Amino acid sequence: MTNEQKAELTRTWADPPGLWGFLTTVDHKRIAARYICSTIALLFLAGMLALDMRLQLSQPGMQRMDPQEYNEAFSLHGSTMLFLVSVPVMEAMALWLVPLMLGQRNVAFPRLSAFSYWLYLGGVLMLWVPHALNITPDLGWFEYPPLSGPAYSPGHRADIWAQMITFTEVAALAASVNIVATILKMRPPGMTLARMPLFLWAMLIASLMTILALPSVMLVTSMLISDRLVATHFFAPAGGGDVLLFQHLFWFFGHPEVYIIFVPAIGFVSAIVEVFARRPMFGYRAMVLSMVAIGVLAFGLWVHHMFAVGLPRIGNAFYTAASMAIAFPAGIQIFCWIATLWSGRPRFDTPLLWIVAFLVTFVVGGLSGVMAAAAPLDLQLTDTYFIVAHFHYVLVGGAMFPLFGAFCFWYPKATGRLMSEAWGKLAFWLIAGGFNLGFFPMHLLGLMGMPRRVYTYPAELGWGTLNLVATIGSAIAVLGGVVFVVNALVSLRRGKPAGPDPWGGATLEWAAPSPPPQHNFDWMPVETSLAPMWDAKDGLAVMEGLATGSREVLVTSLVEAEPEYRQHSVGPSIWPLVSGLAVSALFVGSIFTPWALVWGALPVGAALTLWFWPTRPRATAGPFARRSG
Amino acid sequence: MVRPDPMKWRVLLPAFAVTSCSGAQTPLDPVGDQASQLFSLLTLMLWVCGIAYALVLAFLGWTLWRARHVLERDPPEVAPEDRRLNHGLRIWAGLVAVGLIILAGGSYVVDWALSRAEREAALEVRVTGHQWWWRIEYRDPATHQWIETANELHLPQGRTALVLLGSADVIHSFWVPNVAGKMDMVPGRINQVALTPRRLGWFRGQCAEFCGSQHAHMAFDVYVDSPAQFAAWLTAQRQPATAATDPVLARGAQVVTQGPCAACHRLRGTPATGRAGPDITHLASRHALAAGTLPLTRGAIQGWIAQPKALKPGTMMPAIPLSAADADAVSRYLVTLK
Amino acid sequence: MNTIPVRVTGDLSALPGSASGAKHVVWWGNFGFMLIEGMAFLLAGACYLYLIGRSPSWPPPGDALPDLTWSSIFTAALVASQAPNLWLLRESKRKREKPVRWLALAMTGIGIGLVALRAVELGHLNVRWDHDAYGSVVWMLMVLHTSHIATELGETGVQTVWLFTHEIGDDQYSDVEDDSNYWSFVVLAWLPIYLLVYWVPRWV
Repeated sequence: MTNEQKAELTRTWADPPGLWGFLTTVDHKRIAARYICSTIALLFLAGMLALDMRLQLSQPGMQRMDPQEYNEAFSLHGSTMLFLVSVPVMEAMALWLVPLMLGQRNVAFPRLSAFSYWLYLGGVLMLWVPHALNITPDLGWFEYPPLSGPAYSPGHRADIWAQMITFTEVAALAASVNIVATILKMRPPGMTLARMPLFLWAMLIASLMTILALPSVMLVTSMLISDRLVATHFFAPAGGGDVLLFQHLFWFFGHPEVYIIFVPAIGFVSAIVEVFARRPMFGYRAMVLSMVAIGVLAFGLWVHHMFAVGLPRIGNAFYTAASMAIAFPAGIQIFCWIATLWSGRPRFDTPLLWIVAFLVTFVVGGLSGVMAAAAPLDLQLTDTYFIVAHFHYVLVGGAMFPLFGAFCFWYPKATGRLMSEAWGKLAFWLIAGGFNLGFFPMHLLGLMGMPRRVYTYPAELGWGTLNLVATIGSAIAVLGGVVFVVNALVSLRRGKPAGPDPWGGATLEWAAPSPPPQHNFDWMPVETSLAPMWDAKDGLAVMEGLATGSREVLVTSLVEAEPEYRQHSVGPSIWPLVSGLAVSALFVGSIFTPWALVWGALPVGAALTLWFWPTRPRATAGPFARRSG
Repeated sequence: MVRPDPMKWRVLLPAFAVTSCSGAQTPLDPVGDQASQLFSLLTLMLWVCGIAYALVLAFLGWTLWRARHVLERDPPEVAPEDRRLNHGLRIWAGLVAVGLIILAGGSYVVDWALSRAEREAALEVRVTGHQWWWRIEYRDPATHQWIETANELHLPQGRTALVLLGSADVIHSFWVPNVAGKMDMVPGRINQVALTPRRLGWFRGQCAEFCGSQHAHMAFDVYVDSPAQFAAWLTAQRQPATAATDPVLARGAQVVTQGPCAACHRLRGTPATGRAGPDITHLASRHALAAGTLPLTRGAIQGWIAQPKALKPGTMMPAIPLSAADADAVSRYLVTLK
Repeated sequence: MNTIPVRVTGDLSALPGSASGAKHVVWWGNFGFMLIEGMAFLLAGACYLYLIGRSPSWPPPGDALPDLTWSSIFTAALVASQAPNLWLLRESKRKREKPVRWLALAMTGIGIGLVALRAVELGHLNVRWDHDAYGSVVWMLMVLHTSHIATELGETGVQTVWLFTHEIGDDQYSDVEDDSNYWSFVVLAWLPIYLLVYWVPRWV
């Protein structure tokens, strides 16, 4: 490629300058960056709420928070962490990394990724603006009726929560369709499904799971709003409805949801282990099959969240078996990761430290999950601090630790600089140590009889000491989080410059410059094995020929990744933002009146029409042809 | 049959070492058949999961130890042969499968044992969850009538009580961890849980499903009595409210049974037949007020009547303004209702 | 040095600039949205069956059966609309400008007719959504499907206007294909819902 062609390519893929460029960009990296910054900010806010709760519980009978404030705190903390941080941050990492790992210049549907962010932001505002206005949802992160129904929760808090979910659900579905289409149809030549990096398998599976699970929560929250707004009787026993129908629908989504959070982390761990062990993953096929098994099994477990509601015993027995079965593929994966490190030549830089912390921590969470999977034993464990410990161990240990490792790992690619190893290791010890100190005691507290979601407890029950230890540990972890973020910010200016491949990476994203230009790659890389960067002895094999004067991406075949055609890739557009605003108005309005669905549909329809309106010349034939003079 | 078992304590000693365990609301000190079976299952789980974790840590530890010897920054190995590891994977997979089968099997055995107890129930109790208190009714074996009380459960030692669970408003959960696992109280359904306590004493139960602002203050006392004590207690509960024996008590009785209290509370044998709040026919036979929130003393009673929302914010009990003399009379009367 | 050494092994410029059917990447996006909405229909149907299990009879005592007349007319019309729809699909694969324009216009007209029929049908369900859980779930199924018809009509209508006023390129023929496929999905999704709402209460 000549220098002129390179310059043209850069111009073609450039965003308009300034604020307009910010609002109209469809560059997956810019959108992912704003997503990740948003989730970090929300992680911090959720962490502050957690500290607040921990302080309230550090001793019996404390009166820092009244029950209303406490209930708002745990509801906001849980809802933020699950709907506004964990899933979105995984989507964001995928949005940033998937095209790079595929050697492509953008995702399959560029404007859809922008739309996804604006809807997500709508969800953030939907939850946090009411908090600023003191109408915070206060019934937990899964608001069971009848408590959340019209009789026991007047006002709009429950509707606000339900509609926040609608925002984030639409954002997640849009992102997932984008990722699936990109991974299935836009792989580089030679990247057959059997030669696809494990991270891409993970994102493919997590996105497919999202597509199949999120409709359930969309449906159930709409049914709840409907019961509250237009007097339907879905969950009202007096009208023939069923309280448990809500729980079935919610957990049909809710259980896959936690695997939607965990499966991308499997991808992070595999990528980091490979590179830092300096050998390809042991057991590639076992890893892929395990991920598929987890993805499928995750849909058959939801009743284990309902073991105490009085369902027939024989049903509970089935779900015990299924819930234990899912530990099998997870156990296989643990072996494969450790085996790769065992037989490799590990380098213990910060990303690998996070993987070690993941292994040590996540397995505890998995095992406490196996314990809770036994339906009769769950009758002692569920709704106690044992379960609080369990899910924090799997979410923090199983998703957050790999995420922090992934952040350190790909930071040099995104920014061109390395994070400080010294401060990174300090943050690591504070977070990993603080978390375990903070949350291990909660297993014991649950076994000592402490239920969940209580704003205080009596002194006679002897729970004070462990609660104090838990508070101290949590505070240490939050401090570690602050160190981590400060390291990330300071390293932007003062980090050691990283070239394209500071770690000796195996996959294609390490072939791009650091940071990548807006068009990512000057050429289309060819995949020759599972570790193309390690194979590239006399230069990486690449193909040329995509246009430089217009935006183009390569589309390849489903299984064998044979090049099929060149797809025009859409450039910057304001319509995702406009559509996002229109959809937000519809969602917010429909909390107050069902007519918002009808009237709100008009601006949405207009915005979508303008979005999809093709730009081609006027017709020259037919009844509406342009008359040429 | 439950006998004190030193082995149990040794297994869980570290847990107790860290805490000053009071033991009245914990699955770790089982006094009932159900809780004992679950404790055995917990012990099995801790052993199997503990061994599993130890294996993971051992493998990881070996890996980290081996890595000490790796210093050079060689280029990566692109196509390693992994025969030993494949073999190891098969063994590991087998161990995981065996472990899970053992645990699933243990779960099924315990589940079956628990279901048998429900069929052998001797006593029927109905507990209805309210925001934020417990309506408790006993089926009188003689007359088949329901004898009502609130917030305090008495159980005969060595007999199985079948507790029928319902809710008057939102989802609650009935949980006496020392005796049995929890069971939710779901509006529109009747659930049930069997309790077979073997040891005398006082234990504590607490609501275990978030039910609104005072979920944290929805506890109940559980007393396991000898069969004779239980029969005596039930007989006493069957009686109507104690009559007033002096003018002050009579004034108190009048305010309670004919005044605002009667709208929500019932005292059997008096004109007070309200059902919205707890039955207080034998209020003073109980040990706590407002579902485990306050002690049962004259001062606490007076404070509760005058300013319930200051003591339990969000409670449905309205503040009842009484003159000082009336408040005094009412509290004196209420503490005679044994 | 911020670049890595490469060697060029092929040229992609000879590849076509468009594709149709499942080769086209947008087809997969369309399919993804069908999966999402299909899942929503499936779950709504599961709610219906679940509530049958919780009721002593179905419809519950006191509720009337929904009328068969208008729903049968609607169903027949919807299934019949597949004929012009599949014809449109074939013409768009063949990239024939005039048939595609006029068939799209026909589909828009048919869509308007179907929405009108659906409006009448909704008036003959014989139960209100706020009457009981049966009414709620029947209306939920009907509203879900109606919103699909309405949005599909909107998309077809906008496409028709565009097709008449612009030169049609390969990508637009693919868009017409996707819209056609989505219409087929709307038709197929109706059949189980029709059975659930109108026939299951008569069989149970």
